[in-house]
Amino acid sequence: MSLSLAAGVGALNTDSSGCHLFGNNGCGFNNVAPGADDFDFSNRPWFHIGTYGVTKPVVLVVLITVVMVAFFWAAFNKPKMVPRGVQNVGEVAYLFVRDRIARDSMGAKGDKYVPFLFSLFFFVWLMNVMSFVPGIQFPVSSVIAFPAALAAMVWLTYMYAGFKRHGLGYFRVLGVPSGVPLGILFILTPIELLSNIIVRPFTLAIRLFANMFAGHLLVATFAAGAWYMFSVKGIFFSGASFTMAIVMTAFELFIQALQAYIFVMLTASYLAGALEEAH
Amino acid sequence: MPNTTVLAGTFSPIYPKGDELVIGTIAFLIIFTIFWKKLLPSIKKTLDERTDAIEGGMERAKEAQAAAAALQEEYQRNLTEARHQAAKITQDAREQGAAIVAQMRGEGQEQRDNLVAGGRTQLDADAAATRAALKGDLGSLAIQLASKIVGESLEDEARQRGTVDRFLSELEAKADAASGSNTAAAAKAGA
Repeated sequence: MSLSLAAGVGALNTDSSGCHLFGNNGCGFNNVAPGADDFDFSNRPWFHIGTYGVTKPVVLVVLITVVMVAFFWAAFNKPKMVPRGVQNVGEVAYLFVRDRIARDSMGAKGDKYVPFLFSLFFFVWLMNVMSFVPGIQFPVSSVIAFPAALAAMVWLTYMYAGFKRHGLGYFRVLGVPSGVPLGILFILTPIELLSNIIVRPFTLAIRLFANMFAGHLLVATFAAGAWYMFSVKGIFFSGASFTMAIVMTAFELFIQALQAYIFVMLTASYLAGALEEAH
Repeated sequence: MPNTTVLAGTFSPIYPKGDELVIGTIAFLIIFTIFWKKLLPSIKKTLDERTDAIEGGMERAKEAQAAAAALQEEYQRNLTEARHQAAKITQDAREQGAAIVAQMRGEGQEQRDNLVAGGRTQLDADAAATRAALKGDLGSLAIQLASKIVGESLEDEARQRGTVDRFLSELEAKADAASGSNTAAAAKAGA
């Protein structure tokens, strides 16, 4: 963990720290501005296992797995009737997912899916919140592979649940909304099937990825701007940019939780659709 | 623009890498398995037990409340009964007391009447005895007086007694006729 903390510092602007707007002539912002390349770790692995280069996002995913299991192990492994310390926190988290997400969207049937939704929620949230952790400051969910992997599992889960519940009739649930006149169904059913079977997992993954990607880019841009404009002449520009970096960081903190919630909420609603009564 | 050149290059942020997909999937499955099989059943069990404990506690409290209410009712009933009994006992005692007082009063009256009657009879007897004694004394005294006055002895007792008796009877008759009392008759006889 100390390795990741030490190596994570200054991931941005490592090679252009001397470039300032009011100092060096001919040094444009495009030389220091963060870009998509900052999300590419393939050419800068931290260490190798055999020939496989282990990059920062991979290390962070392992770290998240360990932290999440460790925390909830401490909270839930030997639960007490009268909760103490982390068990209180864990119970609040558990009851939030069970009551506000699973039961609100699926009713009592949702209890079966609480472990899945709970794991998803905190895994996604921890991936997002890595953007805020000092020394790490990189949202793991801005690497599309991780949201995509989760979205694929959500897709498998709700498709499995739907076919198990309705058999082939699940296509009817997916493609034929109730109360729609027959004529319109000719147009609507293909759209619904495409939307519910093909598009859903992509939107789920891309929504999370894009929010975290954009949010991180925004904060990084303001931070780089503050550094780029930092000089006696540019102090106000630099200060404004720095302030925005702080404000956006706070805003991101909110977005991180919100996106995790949306991801799990949508998963729950897809599952609710799969489990609903046939009409 | 730097971004376009980056996107046009080898790296694309929207193209997932296979190794990361696999690692992400494995990481999630590890987390999910641990939570599904171990941690969430554990906390669910505890929460259910707690709910049971709380509901059981409430149930017990309800039972205790019902028992207390029943007890109070019984107590109230006993109290009412005791009050009734006490009132009845008081009533009986009062009636008995009144009866005893009346009885005693009757007996007392009777005893008094007896005493009075006895006394009166005694008095009458005494008065008659006294009167008879006085009659005798008065006769002899009168005769002695008369003898001294006349100077001779009036020896003939039979005559004497007849005379004295006759005189006294007349005297008494006179006194009775004048509705006089014994004392008045005696006073007249003395005079």
